[in-house]
Amino acid sequence: MSDRPAATRVHDFAEVDQGLTAEEAIAEAARCLQCKKPLCVGGCPVCIDIPAFIAEVAEGNFAEAARLVKEQNMLPAICGRVCPQETQCEGVCILGKKETPIRIGALERFVADWERESGATLPEVAAPTGRRVAVVGSGPAGITAAADLARAGHAVTVYESLHEAGGVLTYGIPSFRMPKDVVKAEIEQVVRMGAEIKKNYLVGRSLPAEELLAYDAVFLATGAGLPSFMGIPGENLPGVYSANEFLTRVNLMHAEKFPAFDTPVKHAARVAVIGGGNVAMDAARVARRLGAKVFLIYRRREEDMPARLAEVHHAKEEGIEFLTCTNPVGIIGDAAVTGLECVKMSMCSLDASGRPSPEPETGSEFTLDVDMVIQAIGTSPNPLLVSLIPGLERGRKGNVVVDEDGRTSIPHVFAGGDIATGAATVIEAMGSAKKAAAGINRMLREA
Amino acid sequence: MYTINTATEIADKIFEFWIDAPQVARNARAGQFLILRIDEKGERVPLTISAVDGDAVRVVFMAVGKTTEHLATLQAGDTLADVVGPLGKPSEIREYGTCCLVGGGAGIACTPIIARELKAAGNHVIGIIGSRNADLLILEDEMREVCDELFITTDDGSKGFHGYAADVLKRELDHRTIDAVWIIGPAIMMKVTSAATLPYGVKTFVSLNPIMVDGTGMCGSCRVTVGGETKFACVDGPEFDAHQVDFAELMQRQRIYTDQEKLAAEKFAEHVCRCGEGGHCHE
Repeated sequence: MSDRPAATRVHDFAEVDQGLTAEEAIAEAARCLQCKKPLCVGGCPVCIDIPAFIAEVAEGNFAEAARLVKEQNMLPAICGRVCPQETQCEGVCILGKKETPIRIGALERFVADWERESGATLPEVAAPTGRRVAVVGSGPAGITAAADLARAGHAVTVYESLHEAGGVLTYGIPSFRMPKDVVKAEIEQVVRMGAEIKKNYLVGRSLPAEELLAYDAVFLATGAGLPSFMGIPGENLPGVYSANEFLTRVNLMHAEKFPAFDTPVKHAARVAVIGGGNVAMDAARVARRLGAKVFLIYRRREEDMPARLAEVHHAKEEGIEFLTCTNPVGIIGDAAVTGLECVKMSMCSLDASGRPSPEPETGSEFTLDVDMVIQAIGTSPNPLLVSLIPGLERGRKGNVVVDEDGRTSIPHVFAGGDIATGAATVIEAMGSAKKAAAGINRMLREA
Repeated sequence: MYTINTATEIADKIFEFWIDAPQVARNARAGQFLILRIDEKGERVPLTISAVDGDAVRVVFMAVGKTTEHLATLQAGDTLADVVGPLGKPSEIREYGTCCLVGGGAGIACTPIIARELKAAGNHVIGIIGSRNADLLILEDEMREVCDELFITTDDGSKGFHGYAADVLKRELDHRTIDAVWIIGPAIMMKVTSAATLPYGVKTFVSLNPIMVDGTGMCGSCRVTVGGETKFACVDGPEFDAHQVDFAELMQRQRIYTDQEKLAAEKFAEHVCRCGEGGHCHE
């Protein structure tokens, strides 16, 4: 493994995984069987021609490898770092049946990092079509669609409400897992392809809905940024954060550098992070880097956690203590948090998702001595903009309803990413964005 | 970058800025706010939109902490890194009949824009503006011009009624019908003053100012309990039914970073003294 040692890395925010060297990448690529019917491509939500790019890596043709990856994916340095490869391309790699699968994610990242350091070449952009497309949100879905739409020759304007582009890549995923210069560089490529990014625009407020709908096509990619809270007593005490707030303060506002930067964050001695997904792991590992002893509280078993294996592994290495089959029932404190009341859970029959449904064990209540609680139990689609667009059909969970092309109930308005699917992964957002961009391109060609 | 067109100290430590921010100014309604960030190291500061003129918006703030002290050193022609808005829901403007706007301290700055819209909607508008003393009273002329009636109060009696805005509000409620009241000022003032309207059953709005980060509904830093339910002031507010607001919780949450804020302000003051460059130096 190419990870920095846990004892060092818990004191900084630099990247944990150091990536492959050129020699390692070539050796890893040489293991690829170059299957006639590659299963890995089917396992990739954006259908990268994986065997083809790996063959180029094996030959040392890194520039050509990068070009092949970028035909389908303009954010390879990002995906190589955060895709759950074990359930996608690597999960279906035929080598995985007998030995270890090809490290496709590491190779993708290697190729992208190599290209960034040696000067990126841009995909060809079609002649201007004279059509205007608005993309709302500059996260993974918005940037992916903007790239495909700019490549087709449309005038693309991306609206971002924050002061930095990137969405969850910027405010959500910490720099030790997603260095911000990597995010900036990949977004910069899309800008160089002709897309304009307007920051500090909250569409629906800074740009009225009717002006948005005046574009020839609209792609909504506003994400699932609305944090869920458990609804337990004590939740509004000082010292209780949503993971979104805690991570935004650090990742976007650099609160770890307070007072050199102006935004503060609480530093606690003992922190409970509630949840078992990637966001929970990120929050726990950030809290650890701010100097706390961190407990991760999850109501099911460790094997039921939705987080990537690598994140669970990294969190444990960094000394995060996992309390599984444990559910918080109340936060104790007067002027600040002093404890978290929990109950042990026993695993019962499987639920609809195939995971066991947890039931509280009577008499198993206990209090965990903590002075900060971070809730990372999920997010739902941002309700603001979609509620301001008249006639936009929404599903029960607040998501925008789309057809298989990503088209909403308004013919020239498409949607993708978490706003359409509910909270999912970066790569799934990108996959749905590519589909919608193709739908928009088709519509504009035929119109 | 967003240019500060004018920067004026309108009372001791209270500053009025007109900022060029077309996408905010063209879409702003009474009751909404904006978030600004001074520079790359700055925090996101929510400020109520106090007036609009063409492509410019007015904000008024009191220099009471690191960021506002820093902001106060900026001058006309200087720029801000970021301004986003308008944020939050606009005030519930409609024809109520008689409306009363109560402003306390720097909170007075939020009242004329609401008064104007209420007036345009056909209401009779009463203004009550109060401050600690006559020198700290702001926007008196503007409120006099826009309101049908204006009452002034000072805590020390140096101008107008000697006492609190709540006292004048109660006096008016006792002898006439008022159909809707807005109260904007420090949390404690809003708590005390809105308690005055409760026995009269008058619809009362307060504009809440909890700590925010993104201001677009994504972090929950600004959560407040209203009528027993958790609301996000940035998207569900900032104006809420005063009689449903848990003010004790609001004030507790406003104090979360008191220690850090003190540290930041001390460091900034020290820095200003040493380099003499005010907020312009970033060594």
